[in-house]
This record gives sequence, C-alpha cells and structure tokens, in this order.
Amino acid sequence: MTPRAESKHPEIGAGAAPAGAAETAGAFGLDADPILFSDSLRMDFGGLTALDQVSLTVERGSITALIGPNGAGKTTFFNCVTGIYKPGSGSIFFLPEKEKRISLGGLRPHKAAQLGIGRTFQNIRLFNTLTVLENVLIGCHARMRAGLWGALFRDRKTMEEERRMTDLSYAILERYGLQARVNDPAGSLPYGEQRRLEIARALASGPSLLLLDEPAAGLNNQETLELADLIRHIRRDEKLSVLLIEHDMSLVMNVSERINVLDYGRLIASGTPEEIRKNPDVVRAYLGEDADDLG
Amino acid sequence: MDFFLDLLVGGLTKGSIYALIALGYTMVYGIIAVINFAHGEIYMISAFTALIFGSILSSVGLAGWGLLFAVIAVSALYAAMYGWTVEKIAYKPLRGSSRLAPLISAIGMSLFLQNFVLLAQTPNYLPFPALVPDVPFPAILTRHASDTQIVIILVTAASMALLTLFIKKTRMGTAMRAVSQDLEMARLSGVDTDKIISFTFITGSVLAAVGGVLIGCGMRQIDFYIGFLAGMKAFTAAVLGGIGSVPGAVIGALILGFAESFAAGYISSSYEDVVAFAFLILILIFKPDGVMGAATTHKV
Amino acid sequence: MPEKDGKDPTGAPLRRPREKGRGKKILLSILRPLKAGLWLSLVAFPLVTFKFEAETRQAHFLPERIPLLLLICFGAAVAFDGLGWLKKAFGPGKRAGGILESPPEGLNRPRLSWVNRLLKSRFFKPASGVLLIFLAVLPFISSPYGVNVYITALIYITLGLGLNIVVGVSGLLNLGYVAFYAVGAYTYAILNAQFGLSFWVCLPLGALSATLLGFILGLPLLRVSGDYLAIVTLGFGEITRLVLTNIAITNGPRGIANIPPPSLFGFDLNQSVKPFLLKLGLIHSRTDLDKVLIYLIILMAAILTVAAVHRLENSRLGRAWLALREDETACQAVGVNRAGAKLTAFTLGSTWAGLAGVVFASQISFINPQSFTFMQSVMILSIVVLGGMGSIPGVVCGAVILILLPEYLRFFADYRMLLFGLLMVVMMVFRPEGLIKSARYQHIYRAPKAGEGDPSDSASGK
Repeated sequence: MTPRAESKHPEIGAGAAPAGAAETAGAFGLDADPILFSDSLRMDFGGLTALDQVSLTVERGSITALIGPNGAGKTTFFNCVTGIYKPGSGSIFFLPEKEKRISLGGLRPHKAAQLGIGRTFQNIRLFNTLTVLENVLIGCHARMRAGLWGALFRDRKTMEEERRMTDLSYAILERYGLQARVNDPAGSLPYGEQRRLEIARALASGPSLLLLDEPAAGLNNQETLELADLIRHIRRDEKLSVLLIEHDMSLVMNVSERINVLDYGRLIASGTPEEIRKNPDVVRAYLGEDADDLG
Repeated sequence: MDFFLDLLVGGLTKGSIYALIALGYTMVYGIIAVINFAHGEIYMISAFTALIFGSILSSVGLAGWGLLFAVIAVSALYAAMYGWTVEKIAYKPLRGSSRLAPLISAIGMSLFLQNFVLLAQTPNYLPFPALVPDVPFPAILTRHASDTQIVIILVTAASMALLTLFIKKTRMGTAMRAVSQDLEMARLSGVDTDKIISFTFITGSVLAAVGGVLIGCGMRQIDFYIGFLAGMKAFTAAVLGGIGSVPGAVIGALILGFAESFAAGYISSSYEDVVAFAFLILILIFKPDGVMGAATTHKV
Repeated sequence: MPEKDGKDPTGAPLRRPREKGRGKKILLSILRPLKAGLWLSLVAFPLVTFKFEAETRQAHFLPERIPLLLLICFGAAVAFDGLGWLKKAFGPGKRAGGILESPPEGLNRPRLSWVNRLLKSRFFKPASGVLLIFLAVLPFISSPYGVNVYITALIYITLGLGLNIVVGVSGLLNLGYVAFYAVGAYTYAILNAQFGLSFWVCLPLGALSATLLGFILGLPLLRVSGDYLAIVTLGFGEITRLVLTNIAITNGPRGIANIPPPSLFGFDLNQSVKPFLLKLGLIHSRTDLDKVLIYLIILMAAILTVAAVHRLENSRLGRAWLALREDETACQAVGVNRAGAKLTAFTLGSTWAGLAGVVFASQISFINPQSFTFMQSVMILSIVVLGGMGSIPGVVCGAVILILLPEYLRFFADYRMLLFGLLMVVMMVFRPEGLIKSARYQHIYRAPKAGEGDPSDSASGK
C-alpha cells in the first residue's frame, strides 16, 4: 500500500524516510523492532501546541503506555496516528511487518484502520442503535470485499463471506463474554460491556496495533483488574501490540512494559515502569495527589 | 457611476435586512448548534403583524414616526412571543437527541408557520403601506438612496449598536457569551442555560421583527413565502461571516447584499436567486468557517 | 408538552414543592395545558382574527374566527400534553434507542420486534402472496381516478425508499431530493420530445442520469456534513429548479406537454387491446389500460425497491452507511471509507428518484418546474420521518398514509402542508423512531452439536 502523498509535506508522504527518522530507528540498535514510531511530531491548534517534538516508539508485541496529565496531548497523539489529525510537522511510521515501513502522516483515517491500526475512544463511541453483532461486523468491514453488486444480487461469494464474517464476529464476541448480547442494541449495554464491545469491534478488523484510549475510565477496581487481564490476553491471543492511554496508574504499572510520559505536549520521560516511578521529572509533572499514584 | 452607486445603496439596504435576520441564526447556532429554520418565518410573521397593526394603529390616529415605532414595537413583541414558543415546542424537547432531530423539527416548524399565515391571511401578495415618513435628508444622500433606504440603513445600524452594547455590557449578554462558549461549563457555573437559550431566541426574533417591518417598507409588498428565501440568504450570510460570530454575520450579510445587487444589476435579475444559492453552496463547501472565523479542527 | 423540569410551556415556573399533596399535582396537570392553550391563543390571535384585505388596504376584524382559534389552541395544548404523557408512559425511554434518541441507560433484553416476528411467521409468505395478487388485480377493479391515486402512492413509496437510503440509513439529510426526481422526469420528456425515445429506453436512462447527477453533486458534498449538508442540498434543489425554469430545452416555466404513456410491445393498449379484453369481460369499460400499465410498472419497481433496499441494509455496504449515520468518526476508525460511503449512499439514493421521475412524467404527461419544488422534497422527507427512518415497512406505510389520506379526506387538502409541518415537529418530539421502528437483523444462535464445525447460523430478517 503506497501512502498518499501530501502536497504540503512531501517529505512525510514520500516512500523514503527522512534522515532524522532513520537515525531514531537506528538508535534502537540491531534488535530493535518497533511497530510504531514517531519522530519530532508536532501538532498545533491555533496558538496552542498540543504536541511538541514528540518522538516515541512502540516495540512490536509490547504493551506500551502513554500517560500524562489532562491536556498533555495523549489523545492528540492517537488522532495523529489514526489519521484524524494531520500532524503539523514530523513523522509517524507504522511497521506492520519488520521490513515494511509505512508513513502515517496525513493518511486518511480509514486507511490507517485498513493497515491494521485499531482503536477505541475515550468517550465510548459505539454504533448505539445497531446490534452488538452488527457493531463487530462493521469492525470486519476492512476484511470484507463485497460491494454493491454482491449486496443486491447476493451471489455465492458474498453470502459465503457474510457467513464467515458473522461466524468470526460471533466468535470474537464469545471470546469476550458478549455472546448473550449479540442482538441487543449496543447503546443498551451496561458501561463495562460497552467498553469490552468497543475493544471487540476494534479487534474485528484484525489489527496488528491496538490503541486503547483510557479503557479503565468509569470502571470500578474489580473491573479494572479484569481489564488488565483482558489486555494481556488480547496481546497473547491476537498477537498484537498495544498502546494504551490511561490515567489509572495501577493499571498502567500492572500491564505495561514501557511507559511514555507526556506533559504539555512534550515527551518528558520514557522507560520501564520502574524507571518511570523514579523519574523526578515525572513526579514533578504529577505533583500533588497524583504523585502518590506513582508510588 | 450613477448606476453603480444605485446598486451599491441597493446592496447596502439588502445587506442590512439580511444582517438583522442573520444575527438570529448566528446567535441561536452559536448557543445550541441548531439551524433555526423557522427564523425566516418569524421575520415573515413580523411583516404580517406589522401590516395588521399598522392598519389598526393608523385607524386610531397614530401617524408618522409614532406609527412606525409603535408598529416596530408591537411586531417585535409578537415576534418575541413566536420565537419563544417555537423554541419551547420544537427545540427544547429535543435537546440531547441526535443532530438530525432538531433539524427536521425546525423544517417542520418553518413549514407550519408558512402555511399558518397562508391559511389565516392569504396566498397572494399584500401591499405594504409606506410607514416611513418623509425626512428632509440632505440632497447628497437622497441622490442615490430613497428615504426608506436611508431609514433602513440607519435603523439597522442602531439595532446593531444596541445589540453589541447589550452583549458586551449586560449580565444577560455576558451569560449568553458564556453559554455560546461552552454550554455545559456555563451550566455548571450556575448559569440558567434554559433561560439564556429562550432569551437568545427572543433577541433574535426581535431583530428579525425589525427586519420584517423594514423590508415591508422597502419592498412595499409581502407574502407568506418571503421568510423562506430571506432566511436562506441570511443563513448564508451568517455562515459567510463565521457562524456564531455577531460582527461576522453583519459583514457576511453586507457581502451577500452587494453580491446579489451587483449580480442583478450587471448580469440578469432572473439569475439573482441562482447567484444567491450558488454563493450559499460555494461558501458552505469551501469556506464553512467563514471569512472571520479561524479554521478550526473539530475535536473528537 | 413534555416538560420535565417543572416549567410549563408558558415558561412561568410552576412552584411545585415536593410536600404538596396529590390533589395539587392533579390540579396543576389540568392547569398546565389550559395555560399553554391560553398562551397559544394569545400568540396566534392577531394573525387569525384580523385579516388584511388587499382591496381596502385595511385589516378586518373577524370575530367569527375566535371560537375556532380557541378550540384549536386549547385542543393542541391538551393533545401535546397527552402525547407527552403517552411518551412518558409507553415511550422508547423504556426500550432500546431509536436512531434519533440517545440510548437509555441500564440493562435491556430486547424481544424480536413485531416486524421481525411478522417476517418470521409462517403466515408471512402466503399472506404476502395474497397481498401481491390483490395489488395486481386492484387497478382492474378500481376507477381511473383510483388508479391514478395508487400510482402516485407507489411513486412516493419508491421515492421514500430511495430517500430512506440517504436520510434514514446513512443519516445524510438531503433536502434537494426532488432535483433528482425532476432530472428523471425531464430526461424522459426531453429525450422523447427531441429524439422520440420510448418509455422503456428512457426508464433506465432517467435513472442513470439522476445517478450521474447524484454522483457529481455528491462529490463536493463530501466536504460538508450535518446541518450544512442539509442546506447545501436544499440549494442544489433550488438551483436545479431555477435552471429548469430558465433554459430553453426544458421549455422554461411552460414545461413540456404530451409526454406519452408507456407502450407494450408497440401496441396502443387502449386502441387495440382494450376491446379484446372487454369482450372477454375481464375489465371495466372505464378502465384506462395505459394507467393500468403504469400502475403495474411502478408496482414492480416499488417491490424491487423494497427488496433492493432490504438487501442493501443487511450488506457490507449498508452496514457502512449505518455506521456513518451512527458515528462519522468511529466508522472511519474501523476502516469504513467515509467519503465512499457518503458518495455511494447519495448517488444510489438518487437512482430511485430518477426512476420514479420517468414514471411520474409518463403518468401525468405534462411536467413543468412547478412540479418539483422544495415542498416536494419536504413531502418525501415527511414520508420517511412519519414512517420511521431506516424502516422499510415504515416508509411504505408513511407514503400510503400521507398520499392516500389527503385524497380521501378532502378536508385535509387545504391543510396538507400545515399538517405535514406539524407532523414533522410532533414526530421528532414524541416518536422520533417513526410509526414503525426499523427492525435490525437478528442473529439466531444455534448451539453447535458434537462434531459440527459450524458454531452459528445466521438468519437474515427476510
């Protein structure tokens, strides 16, 4: 898949990575195998700089967290990765396979999804009046091929595909404990199940990178513990990498292998949970009550 | 040059009327993000109210400036009542529903009011009396503008000034600005948002009423359909100026007024409305943030 | 009027302390509509009881209108209050959300909706067979006037279902739908007048040209969404009408006359076939076979449309439209091409309008731009809104009600547009999901038996 060339930022759309990016990638040494990395990413809204020279990396197969106070630019980073925003400058690369590097800057959102980047939203965004099964089936959209002809004439290939995807969706729902809910309107589900359904929908597209935006928001302690298990399960069963935005420090420290800390749009720290816990900059950014969460 | 100046004044007059209506759109949209389709009908209803009360009041002996201002006052009162009622019936119950529902409800309300006037009054054009008295304006002004046109421009300017003062200086105006910035936040900080929304509808309706009376005086005839087209054009003006922005609406309205006037004068008057609609489409598609508004990236 | 916050529609806050007794509550619930009625009467008073006469240039007082005014205003206030109460008691707040309402909170076990149950029942097939036969025989036993009305109803069913794809399924409020209807009608009229092309050639060409226009107009629409899309489409519709009025080939405001009805294998039905059928005693002497043929054509078209829209709704493409309607951002995040979904919905929706336009032109044999005003668009929209957005049986019922009712209740004729407007408001406020809520596809789970690889069986709603 060739990335769409952007007239304004030819260097982002070009197949060859800019020199700076190559250095960043090289800095990880020979065994480095990132699935996603950004280089000097910058994003402005009017006068406000939401992201400022953010260079971070998600290792293939890892669970990586992105934390920071409110308004630090975490969701903006997600939106740049998924193509909802076009970054002002800098670059983001996605590597679905080790040797295949795709620039994400300015890629349209559905293209990013088709490449294998699934996501959930901070404020759950399900297709509320559609059934749970349909939500997941729409998640399969990128895997399906049927077009207008197939829809109108229901040829064998189309019906076979429908059946396969319905079974797949059902299997996904079963795996995440939603099989009793297949015919319920998604909007009628309780909060925790809506969160799970949103993850299931994202998984239906068969992503290799899953972006979770505050999945623990609104969950109680028990549910958060279950969520931690769920995230580990997903990583193992679906063989994918997870990038997680989260405020709940217990969850972050519990599941993630690497943590990146954003503050006022800048990446102020990056490392293992142990390193982050001891990092004075991070503690300063989280001064006050939140500082205890790190301990 | 004379022709040009005529068109210029014509455009300014048209633009003034559009501005009075556009303000209603822009304020309501700024606060509840709904295109109040029925706003054009409020303007039309004001013109009819003015016609009826003009006739009644002149039969009890009012005349001249007293008559004009009494008619404006009564029309404004009724417009406020209509605006307030429309909001309560068609929009308030729909707060928090999907984005399509208030829009459809608004179209329904507009259709209802149009046909209400058609049935209660007449489907035909009605002659509108010359409510604007003769004024000894200096000759330099009246060479290219009629008395009525001058009065329209002056009354509009005065209304704008009053509105600006109101929004900038009063408590209510401050609350309105707060609600249009962030309705949820304003509610949390103790602003009675329902009251503010009602009040916004009332303010918009009063301005539309002024426009309705003035357009009656300017065009000298009205029918039940004038609200639809004027409403569309005023909405275009509001978008052109950056919807939600009060000065933007005025500037947008003036631009549209001039464009239409010159298009009618130099191209063909039968394409006047085509020009207006083409303008509308082009603006909505290519400049949805308006000439005043900064480009915004919508938050997810 | 539905008020939850203790304010009545007249705005005066009702002081309703919690300690007050039941009697007080009942009294207030009686007073509330009365106050609202009084207010409505006051608001409507000058425009109703004074009528400005163009001849005398005077407003005349019409006291005889006062009783009617009071009756309607108080009636409306009581009705609104009653509807509000009904909605509270039985409304969808208790059930799963429709398209137009925010979802209710908490658990909920949906049952199969009655539409789905009907479709699944074993009586469905025989019953629809009987209905089909009845519909096919209907024009032969009806008066020519009746046939004309049925044709109109079927045209609007087709239009409603087409618009339903755009508005109901995809959530794109198209207020210029009539433009595509006009293109279909004018395609037939012009191609027939200029080149003598027959109905059968023009039917696909009309649909095709509407589709093409839909595609071309759809391209710039990709940049706008929501409210702006509604206004832009409205502008397109008006421009189309103004262009039709101002160009030569359409004969301007005078329109095009003598559009022929369709022929069947080159026979003039009323000349050559009718005497034969009359002799056999199969038809009535008043029966206009041309109209019967048009009826049968549009009946077929409507049935095929129902089938097509049903299939579309439950396909990958249809689900993409639904996703677009539900959440423009989330649908992209799962890989739906938003622009593509928008464009296909808008373009395909136009196809049916073009088709219906050709049939319409052949039905009335004379068209001018006045047949294609904004009000037509609004009427088609009311059909979709009344019936239920995204609901095929709903749209069919909506068209039948809105077209047939005014025909038979002549009283409505004058008040038609007024009532359409009111209907749209009332539906949005009290029943946004429409008369017949759209029934979603139900997945039926079959527990896998031992040795059976297939864990589930899907059954579509059909």
